[in-house]
Amino acid sequence: MNRNSIGFWIGAAVFLVAVALMTQMVSNEYPFFAAYGVLQFVVLAVAWSILGGYAGYVNFGTSAFFGVGVYTAVFLFKVMGAPLGVQIAAAALVGAVLGLAVGLLTLRMQGIFFSIATIAMTIVIETSVTNWRFVGGAAGIQLQRPPVMAPFHSYVQMLFFVQACMVVLAVAIARYIQNSWIGRGLQALKDDEVAAECTGVPTLRLKVLACVISGALMCAAGAPAAMYLQYADPSSAFNLNYSVSVLAMSLIGGTAHWAGPVFGAILLGSTQQLLAVTISSEVNVLVLGIMLVLFVVAAPEGIIGLIRRVRRKGAGGEA
Amino acid sequence: MFSMDLLLNAVVLGVLLGCFYAAVSLGLSVSFGLLDVPHVAHPAFLVLASYGVYFLNDSYDIDPLLAGLLITPLLFLFGLVAYRFYYETFEKRGSDAGVRGIAFLFGIAFIIEVLIILQFGVDQRSVSASYIGKAWRIGEMRIPLRLLVAFAVAAALTILLTLYMSRTFMGRAIRAVAQDQEALRLMGANPVQIKQWAFGIATAVLGIAGALLIIVAPVDPTLDRAYIGRTFCVVVMAGLGSMTGTLIAAIILGVAESIVLSTVGASWAPAISFAMLLGILAVRPQGLLGRRS
Repeated sequence: MNRNSIGFWIGAAVFLVAVALMTQMVSNEYPFFAAYGVLQFVVLAVAWSILGGYAGYVNFGTSAFFGVGVYTAVFLFKVMGAPLGVQIAAAALVGAVLGLAVGLLTLRMQGIFFSIATIAMTIVIETSVTNWRFVGGAAGIQLQRPPVMAPFHSYVQMLFFVQACMVVLAVAIARYIQNSWIGRGLQALKDDEVAAECTGVPTLRLKVLACVISGALMCAAGAPAAMYLQYADPSSAFNLNYSVSVLAMSLIGGTAHWAGPVFGAILLGSTQQLLAVTISSEVNVLVLGIMLVLFVVAAPEGIIGLIRRVRRKGAGGEA
Repeated sequence: MFSMDLLLNAVVLGVLLGCFYAAVSLGLSVSFGLLDVPHVAHPAFLVLASYGVYFLNDSYDIDPLLAGLLITPLLFLFGLVAYRFYYETFEKRGSDAGVRGIAFLFGIAFIIEVLIILQFGVDQRSVSASYIGKAWRIGEMRIPLRLLVAFAVAAALTILLTLYMSRTFMGRAIRAVAQDQEALRLMGANPVQIKQWAFGIATAVLGIAGALLIIVAPVDPTLDRAYIGRTFCVVVMAGLGSMTGTLIAAIILGVAESIVLSTVGASWAPAISFAMLLGILAVRPQGLLGRRS
């Protein structure tokens, strides 16, 4: 383990301890309720970047994975009252299978065709769930939270802690991929898929792997949302707004480094929480859209790219 | 219950609907099919044009089709500027442009959605004209006049654009630029200028298409999401860039939607175009009448 890794794991441990302390010391529920939303976006954005950032496949299907995660949880809860841990694990499994399907799509299509196919997948799944009476159909379904477990005082606090653990897990996975042969392989196929294949990079295996990991994480991030809202309906669970938000957060943060989507999600996620409370959810999407467009045009490498540019300039000045 | 009458009715309505789908997809057939712009914002532009028509109809009592014609020059200019901007920021820079171009246009689509919501609200809007609300009866069949008007105008628009692409100098140049940009450059023509013109045409067509959209059914700000499926399904099925193909593909989609609507039920309707699109992309990405092998 090198110094960088030690630093990372210490940071992760400090973060989790801080989160755990916060659940014990703060009694007001609202901060947890708001912060949960931000953490959820951190997981989604980090997961999105594994495929979208390293491999360069723009996935518009974030809402499909999120929604499938929500409804896996709803289904299991309704059938057998499964506990939260089971809901999340099952959602990750279903997400991995769905990711595998998306990975096979990349066999035949790239660029815009892949992106459009992921939107199509979202709507097809949404429509199927809408027609699925058992989980409430178009009208949605109400859920009653089970009693909260020991160290936590309220269910929202527990969800907050669980989502924080998922943040650490997602970032650790993204970081591992970035620094290993997987990340380098994905980078190579992003630059030129044919050239990568010719030099012996197993492009298909890497793409499928990236899709499976990304899908499992997204679904897992969606699973607790059912218990968080105590309600689920297809048109909000599969709302394309999740896709555009996560896309914006990842690209604004910058996808070259795992820290990019984390920055982006924290920045935009908090802005969203603030705007949703103070103004309206429409303005929220507007701000998000404008920031996305501005960054894509003016700072294509995102915040990470900006920081790197400033650093390089600084280094050049000193020398 | 399955009955012959019902099926015939569904097929006739489907063909009419299909022609209308062709009209709303023509622009995308040019911008995406011929120019390779990943234009996910096309349906959002379409809905925006519909709101333009709604505004003119509501405030000045102008016939929706005339209103569509009135905003056409505006849309053309907008298209010229939009392509120039897109070219300078994405196509010219190369390499990573694809990914960022898609993200950019997706963002634009959402911005347009929200701006419409802020201006007009989330309610459905419709236009008034003498031919809306009436119907023709042929035997057992009942055909809404608004669909017939849309059918006639859509057919005319498709024929006009097909003729423009095959008979005029600019139309041929556009098809040439889609085939081999370098060859065109060697002959002393400026491919960027031609593409800009083509994108202008693709956007201008949305004036009439937007009028048809709001004539056929009421419009709401998030309608563009459903039309992402329909327009891309039509254009991909047509085999990128073929005008006749666009018409045939649109009719296939229209009939399929109409039959599912009258047999399985309306709740499955949104998925049809997307499912067909997914199927075509997975099985035959070059389209049914593909020009590329």
